[in-house]
Amino acid sequence: MVDKPTFDSEAGSLGASPDEVQFRFREDEPVDHGTVTVDACCDQTNATAVRIEPGDDTRQLLPFLDRLALIEVNFPTFADGRGYSAARILREAGYIGELRAVGDVLVDQLSHMRRCGFDAFAPDRPLDEEAAQRAFATWDNVYQNAADARRTIPELRHE
Amino acid sequence: MYAYDKYDQAMVDARVEEFRDQARRRLEGTLSEEQFKPLRLMNGLYLQLHAYMLRVAIPYGTLNSRQMIALADIADKYDRGYGHFTTRQNIQYNWIKLEDAADILADLSRVEMHAIQTSGNCIRNISSDHFAGAAHDELVDPRPYAELLRQWSSFHPEFTYLPRKFKICVIASEKDRAAMRLHDIGIQIVRNDNGEIGARFYVGGGMGRTPMIAPMIRSFVALDQLVTYAEACLRVYNRYGRRDNKYKARIKILVHELGAEEYTRQVEEEFAHLLDVGVEPPRAELERIKEFFADPAFEDGPKTLDRSDPDFALWVDRNTHRHKHDSYVSAVISLKPVGGIPGDASGDQMRVMAQLAEQYSFDEMRITHTQNVVLPHVRIADLHALWTALDQAGLGAPNLDTIEDMIACPGLDYCSLANARSIPLAQRISERFGASGKTAKLGELKLKISGCINACGHHHAGHIGILGVDRKGVENYQLSLGGSEAEDVSLAKITGPGFTENGVIEAVETVTDVYLQRREGEERFLDTYRRIGMEPFKEALYD
Amino acid sequence: MKILTGNDLKSGAVIWWDGENWSLHVDDATDVGTHGEEIMAREEALRQVNVPYMIDAERTDDGVRPSHIKDRVRALGPTVRPDLTLKPQDPQALDWVI
Repeated sequence: MVDKPTFDSEAGSLGASPDEVQFRFREDEPVDHGTVTVDACCDQTNATAVRIEPGDDTRQLLPFLDRLALIEVNFPTFADGRGYSAARILREAGYIGELRAVGDVLVDQLSHMRRCGFDAFAPDRPLDEEAAQRAFATWDNVYQNAADARRTIPELRHE
Repeated sequence: MYAYDKYDQAMVDARVEEFRDQARRRLEGTLSEEQFKPLRLMNGLYLQLHAYMLRVAIPYGTLNSRQMIALADIADKYDRGYGHFTTRQNIQYNWIKLEDAADILADLSRVEMHAIQTSGNCIRNISSDHFAGAAHDELVDPRPYAELLRQWSSFHPEFTYLPRKFKICVIASEKDRAAMRLHDIGIQIVRNDNGEIGARFYVGGGMGRTPMIAPMIRSFVALDQLVTYAEACLRVYNRYGRRDNKYKARIKILVHELGAEEYTRQVEEEFAHLLDVGVEPPRAELERIKEFFADPAFEDGPKTLDRSDPDFALWVDRNTHRHKHDSYVSAVISLKPVGGIPGDASGDQMRVMAQLAEQYSFDEMRITHTQNVVLPHVRIADLHALWTALDQAGLGAPNLDTIEDMIACPGLDYCSLANARSIPLAQRISERFGASGKTAKLGELKLKISGCINACGHHHAGHIGILGVDRKGVENYQLSLGGSEAEDVSLAKITGPGFTENGVIEAVETVTDVYLQRREGEERFLDTYRRIGMEPFKEALYD
Repeated sequence: MKILTGNDLKSGAVIWWDGENWSLHVDDATDVGTHGEEIMAREEALRQVNVPYMIDAERTDDGVRPSHIKDRVRALGPTVRPDLTLKPQDPQALDWVI
């Protein structure tokens, strides 16, 4: 895992991808083309980048994870939390490609998104860098198991 | 009771600093109200009718005297000298300044308290039986399971933006003192045929505008799978709960629309998957938590009382509950003095209760969902001294479970959602029934008043329920009968057209008269209603 | 008349637009006519008020009376705690709310 994001907004142009990636916790090359819908991804055997909308059934993608390098999860509004479940389901199924939160991504949601497995963030409106770094580091420890494989507080207590 | 370790303390402290930063950004203008609102709500801060309101969590209603004194100090230092205990076993303050909110949270963290997730579309404070660890009829103390779930649900990364709020209740006796089946998830700790302890799950209950009794979706979940099963219940809800309509977003609507069977099937599928993933905390964690809830050092002592003082005897009969140790009882401090505001306590009263808890109840108190305070472990030998002290402090009302012991939401006097006032009705009813002596004749009668359809005053679950509505700008009240939040859970039915404030008080008088005329033997109001049905009450009310 | 109300951002106190500033007293409220939206947008942006909204009211001999009971409760304070209202000494104040 990369501790510091290696991508900033200036370096964030992603070819055909419509979103500006502001934070990226990966070292591989970003996918340089746009995403397709979940339905299109299931029909098209060559798509390598897909975008999940809140109403989509993430599990439809599970047969295709091997060929996907980028999955965007759209948050049309920060208050719609379905994308958190989508992210965890993908990581639980073994997806190792880029998982990018796009849309109404705000600084106060970053730490939870990170825990659910997101490793790239493309907010509609760029976030304050310093506030975002603070947000990523909000929790020294965590109570629950999630997609980030951190040792949880209950585990630390019984080491 | 549970005590924080360095991890728990660090979590709460981190949250205080996070909120301090958020409040600063709001005051500086970098956060809009729209962005700030969900953040402040997740820290229990509402914008109410007169000011900000802060709701402080009292996990499963348990607190010690140091914590109660801290609550009293907050009332005096930051508010106007009082607080309001709620039906969710929490306390709320009505006159908070945004500038002070982070300091209050810091004061709370010093006594291992917080306001985390007391609002917002997340998992709220876990509620439980207020006699947990003391009741003669419980299987085990349910609070270790509630604490396990408290930690699991705190800052849960996946379940912080649910379709709607989410309330969990854990009990461990057949008798339901916590309205368990009117929660989003109600858990009853049970023993199965093999003698093992496990958790029975009821999902999809609730009050509000569409009241529902939670169906059982699994009769037994092994204790080392408890968190995993809860996680499965929540994930299905987070993915498929309705988000198109706020009023249809609670899990009860999902369970109802899918049907309990289909919801259960989806949960079981997710549960099987999550068992493979492995999300359960180590079993040793539950054992660690349990140690905090070990019985205090009970001692044998007198098991009988001098009942020669009739006032004392009445209070004992009404306000004490049988304890699992026969030299002790649980004593309930009524926060329903005749003519008072249900659930309100002044800072000074909180200090009195704290001091008495320290002196007589192993330093422990409980908040009940009926807005009273319990001293769970009082020696029978100390009971008269305790009652004398309570009586002197104006806390000795002998009216538990009577018509005077009403639940009332804050209503239009404090709440921006309310359509009508609740508290003045409660005051007038208790004054009237208290003065006429009818309270005693009626025996157990649970009257619950809500000032709007959101049903914070549990009117659907009242033997008699009153719902305040807005009728062309004038307060109007609907009467309903036959509800219960206990193990004989049922939802009340509306009698018919609504009443004015005076009219509904007369209506309560009328329906209680019908009961007194028609009751047989030891029947409670609820029993008589169930036997004779709505018609006789309707006739008396409307003909 | 149309009047503006909201809460003070810092203290949460109920406030009323008096034409130049925000007042704690409903009797200071002025008729904003058709300018309500514009004043609210400006004042909210300046963080002088939180969650402002416009209501109907009438001017009576006693002062300004909001049309809806909820705003009269806001204007005075909780009817069940006269000691905490803006007019603790005035027994008539509660009748004004209802």
